Amino acid sequence: MTFIGYFSLPVVSLTSFFTGGALALQIYYGGNQFNSEAIVSSIVALGITRELGPVLGGIVVAGRVSSAIAAELGTMKVTEQIDALKTLSADPISYLIVPRIISGIIMLPILIIFADIIGIMGGWFIGTQSLGFNGSVYIQNTVDFLEVNDISSGLIKASFFGFIITIMGCYQGFNSNGGAQGVGKATTNAVVSASVLILASNYIMTNLFFAS
Amino acid sequence: MIKIENLHKYFENKKVLNGVNLDIEEGTSSVIIGGSGTGKSVLIKCILGLLTPEKGRISIKNNLIFENGKFKKNSKIKIGMLFQGGALFDSLRIWQNVSFYNIQNGKNKKLCFDDAILNLEKVGLSKDVVNLYPSELSGGMQKRVALARAISIKPDIIFFDEPTTGLDPISADVINKLIIEKVRDIGATSLTITHDMSSARTISDKIHMLHKGEIIWEGNKDTIESTDNPFVVQFINGLSEGPIN
Repeated sequence: MTFIGYFSLPVVSLTSFFTGGALALQIYYGGNQFNSEAIVSSIVALGITRELGPVLGGIVVAGRVSSAIAAELGTMKVTEQIDALKTLSADPISYLIVPRIISGIIMLPILIIFADIIGIMGGWFIGTQSLGFNGSVYIQNTVDFLEVNDISSGLIKASFFGFIITIMGCYQGFNSNGGAQGVGKATTNAVVSASVLILASNYIMTNLFFAS
Repeated sequence: MIKIENLHKYFENKKVLNGVNLDIEEGTSSVIIGGSGTGKSVLIKCILGLLTPEKGRISIKNNLIFENGKFKKNSKIKIGMLFQGGALFDSLRIWQNVSFYNIQNGKNKKLCFDDAILNLEKVGLSKDVVNLYPSELSGGMQKRVALARAISIKPDIIFFDEPTTGLDPISADVINKLIIEKVRDIGATSLTITHDMSSARTISDKIHMLHKGEIIWEGNKDTIESTDNPFVVQFINGLSEGPIN
């Protein structure tokens, strides 16, 4: 949990902060600058909580965690450590895979709560420092506009992304073979497959949550 | 103790075990010799249930554990294994590696720690290493830790996969002697696979030669020197010319 959650916090925070800032600039320059203070804050909040926070956070964590899990389990496989577990009557699924999946499912939503807050703060920072918005009005607009559903849908997505990230890391690691080259391939495949599945499942979940 | 009948194992179209028959008596130390790629490791992994053979029968202590392509679980038989590279768990300390089985079975951690020290002493390692990680030990020390882990469960049967590979001749001799002593101490039956003839001569009561997935010769360390089997003669003398390609 520490590895997936705590140690991923800096990179997720940085990604979210800059994404929030860039989003604020894009909305401001790309849209009608009349009444932009309300529009920028509300769209940044919606964009971050519903989509960009969980998706970008998920992809960043996939790059960091899925690869690490695949490399660790892949190395265990090629050095016969997984076989050793079996000979010592330990079930590799419950010893190696289940704790990682549970950690992913629990820690991703927690990370994304931070990502949402920091992403919105990124928009606020650019809005107040660069675009001349009033800070308290920006925050008030954000609070007024956001609904519980916006945040909870992002957190449900994050939880599912946590599952995808860890299961792909475990799957690729467990099925690696061929020594160092096989472990490298498993690592790459874990990140690529987790990222693609995050994007695809995000589309499906967005459709489920907001289409009706 | 271990009876293997007509065991076959394929990998895609490649036949690795081609009807292996093997009978290992209780309390003996048997060694399977053979060149690289002859199926020695595959045979041990089939007995351990790490690989599933296509057909054949495996019995341990008169309990049929594999038949008709299926393994039958028998938790009464304890099996220890010393892997070729040690297969110590990188993320665990030495004492956690040695007492892994007991920790997993809920034994008190203080008792597991003390037990690990005792088992490490049995293989000639001091308690200074208990809190180190495997990567902080030399290859020979890692093999000793792996041996301590294998004997810690007090197995009925213990398998050794190339126990001296990668070790200098002195460390290899130390490991060979430890294998003889510890297997005798715990009263286990042992099966070793190796292509190190010095090791085979030191630790074996009985020697079996595996070639192209079949046991082609059986004897002991005395008869192996006088056999006229051309495969055995070529192998034990390390000749490049002969029936083994």
